[in-house]
Amino acid sequence: MMWLVILGTAAGCYVVKLAGLSVPARVLDHPVVERVADLLPVAMLAALIGVQVFAEGQSLTVDARLLGLGAAVVALLLRAPFIVVVVVAAGVAAVARLL
Amino acid sequence: MQDPVRARIVREGVTVGVATGAYGISFGAIAVAAGLDVWQACALSLLVFTGASQFALVGVLASGGAPVAGAATALLLGLRNGLYGLRLAPMLGWSGWRRAGAAHLVIDESTAMTVNRESRSTARLGFLSTGLSVFVLWNLSTLVGALAGRSIGDPRDYGLDAAVGGAFLALLWPRLRTRTNQVVAVLAVAVALGLVPITPAGLPVLAAALVAVVVGLVDRRPDPTEVPGPDDLATGGHHA
Repeated sequence: MMWLVILGTAAGCYVVKLAGLSVPARVLDHPVVERVADLLPVAMLAALIGVQVFAEGQSLTVDARLLGLGAAVVALLLRAPFIVVVVVAAGVAAVARLL
Repeated sequence: MQDPVRARIVREGVTVGVATGAYGISFGAIAVAAGLDVWQACALSLLVFTGASQFALVGVLASGGAPVAGAATALLLGLRNGLYGLRLAPMLGWSGWRRAGAAHLVIDESTAMTVNRESRSTARLGFLSTGLSVFVLWNLSTLVGALAGRSIGDPRDYGLDAAVGGAFLALLWPRLRTRTNQVVAVLAVAVALGLVPITPAGLPVLAAALVAVVVGLVDRRPDPTEVPGPDDLATGGHHA
């Protein structure tokens, strides 16, 4: 099942990339299409953050993950590189759980 | 074209590749923590090769969502690569098997390092040097991260569950400059969290896509495709 999902995702993502390079620009170059495709990463990444940080199964909860996210915000405000942001988020949550 | 110019373009591409490779380590570790094996983590980086989609797939799996919901989320996130392709096609001017091969390398980083070039040969050089550097280092670092992730005990002891939220925030950060995007982000979080108690895991994130559709329909910007600039790649804003 997992392999099927991986291969399906790979095929889908590749087809989208190839379509962009192949189809005449006018087919997809519509302002509404552009706006939606442009806003999708914003909406979905934001939703993923919310679920990732606050969801515990079917319920919402506040725990060490929120401290990790706060630390990530501080790191990003200090213009830290991606890997530092991730490590800081993990480290702060791990330390908070020890306390 | 002078050789110093070509050398500079290649150097920039490799630099972006090295910076991106560093976060492949976090992808590998998070993928394994989400329940994938090392082979599956590596297959994602080799075959899907678009970072935000890969993170989304393992993120949905980690929160208990159905694999199909994860795949759908990953695909929706990957749609922007199609728009990048529209911009790149006339600049690169490839057809046949070259275009089929180049398509795999169409990601945020390669697009950002191509669209600012002035000639076809510099565009191709920027695209290939960045795309291939990122591809090689992203896959190597995924393997390293996955092996490291497998050798630790409970991922929660290391805060790996919190690392996922941090990774998504770092991917989102450079896209939060405009008011429209900020509103979309807040609405999307509200929709997703509102649905968590009443829908199966995985669906809240998919439902949040509707926020993008609705705002995209009512918003009136004429030419909105945002291609990340080289500056975004220099610091926190990697979104492969």
